[in-house]
Amino acid sequence: MSVTKRTVFHLLIEVLIYTALVTVYLALVLHFLVGWLKELSAKEPAVYAFVAILLMIAQAVGLERLGSSLVHVSRRPRG
Amino acid sequence: MYFPISGVHLDPIYLVLIGFIVGILGGFFGVGGSFLTAPALFAAGLPMNYVVGTDLAHIVGKSIVAARTHRVLGNIDLKLAAIMVIGTITGSEGGVQAIEFLKKGGHVEIVVGTVSIVVFTGIALFCAWESWMALGIDQRADPTRNRKQDVTAIDGLARALQRIKLPPRVSLPHSGIDSISFWAILFVSFIGGIFSGFLGGGAGYIRMPSMVYLLGIPTHIAVGTDLFEIIISASYGTIRHAMNGNVDIVIALVMQTGAALGARIGANMTQYFTGPRIRLAFAPLPLLGAIVIAQRLLASHQL
Repeated sequence: MSVTKRTVFHLLIEVLIYTALVTVYLALVLHFLVGWLKELSAKEPAVYAFVAILLMIAQAVGLERLGSSLVHVSRRPRG
Repeated sequence: MYFPISGVHLDPIYLVLIGFIVGILGGFFGVGGSFLTAPALFAAGLPMNYVVGTDLAHIVGKSIVAARTHRVLGNIDLKLAAIMVIGTITGSEGGVQAIEFLKKGGHVEIVVGTVSIVVFTGIALFCAWESWMALGIDQRADPTRNRKQDVTAIDGLARALQRIKLPPRVSLPHSGIDSISFWAILFVSFIGGIFSGFLGGGAGYIRMPSMVYLLGIPTHIAVGTDLFEIIISASYGTIRHAMNGNVDIVIALVMQTGAALGARIGANMTQYFTGPRIRLAFAPLPLLGAIVIAQRLLASHQL
């Protein structure tokens, strides 16, 4: 397999695994957090603001680590 | 799917796709991408107040992912970013106050719209002309040199700004600048901040070219540093908007799952392009923003 084909193949595998994990994650977040966040935004806007930014930062860092891990695992040279 | 915070039904796949596309642009050009996200969310039925706040929240997440990738590539000047944050946040407050002043006169839409069209078109034309000229210089330069060693067709402005003697002066070794006035950096970031507060979004379309042409920062480092700075200024904006009830964080979280993937791809792509090529590809983006705004003003019969 050529280098370009191998790179595209690895990228596709990474995207597929990423999509599967993120779908499960989103389903869990939407199921457990939406009601609580809705209530918080209506009753405690200041607390909601900080929770919102913390959630976004945590998700960004988590997804970045997930992406990096997938790259390391799928492109690790096999002996 | 129903999003109860904003009370709208949106397709999550549509949100992930918007995030992915804007993520690639953000990672590659160091911009927030509000000129695309805002009309896309508005067209899907999200009320305008939620569009602005939710877009800012999603920009925070996307910029974190892209900035971490740029950091690995050595494209972030932390000292420069720290100084620029001060100017951006104060400038942003100035822009918000200008909006409040215009609101009293009832001319906010037409004034902001017209200024946006003029500024965006000017940046697009200037970037296209300059990067085209720079590509000619680049082709005559030593082909073995590092891609990050930038060339620009006009470096007089940056040299003039670097010669300002006003103390304190700071050195930016990571950006290859021996000495520059602290106030020059603050001035450039303050102007970017005013546009951010006045026109909305992260204003990367102003700040990235300003860093290159006015401060003399290499394009790759301008992109990475701008993204790092956007994390802080957009976080500040998100908190302010969320306290006013303008952020649907669930929509932003869904969009960010696509944006995280796109931002990694966009940031990694910068290693394969020289500075002038990145700037040439950047040129149509502000023009696209100008067209979107002109279309919106025409539709509301204000132009």
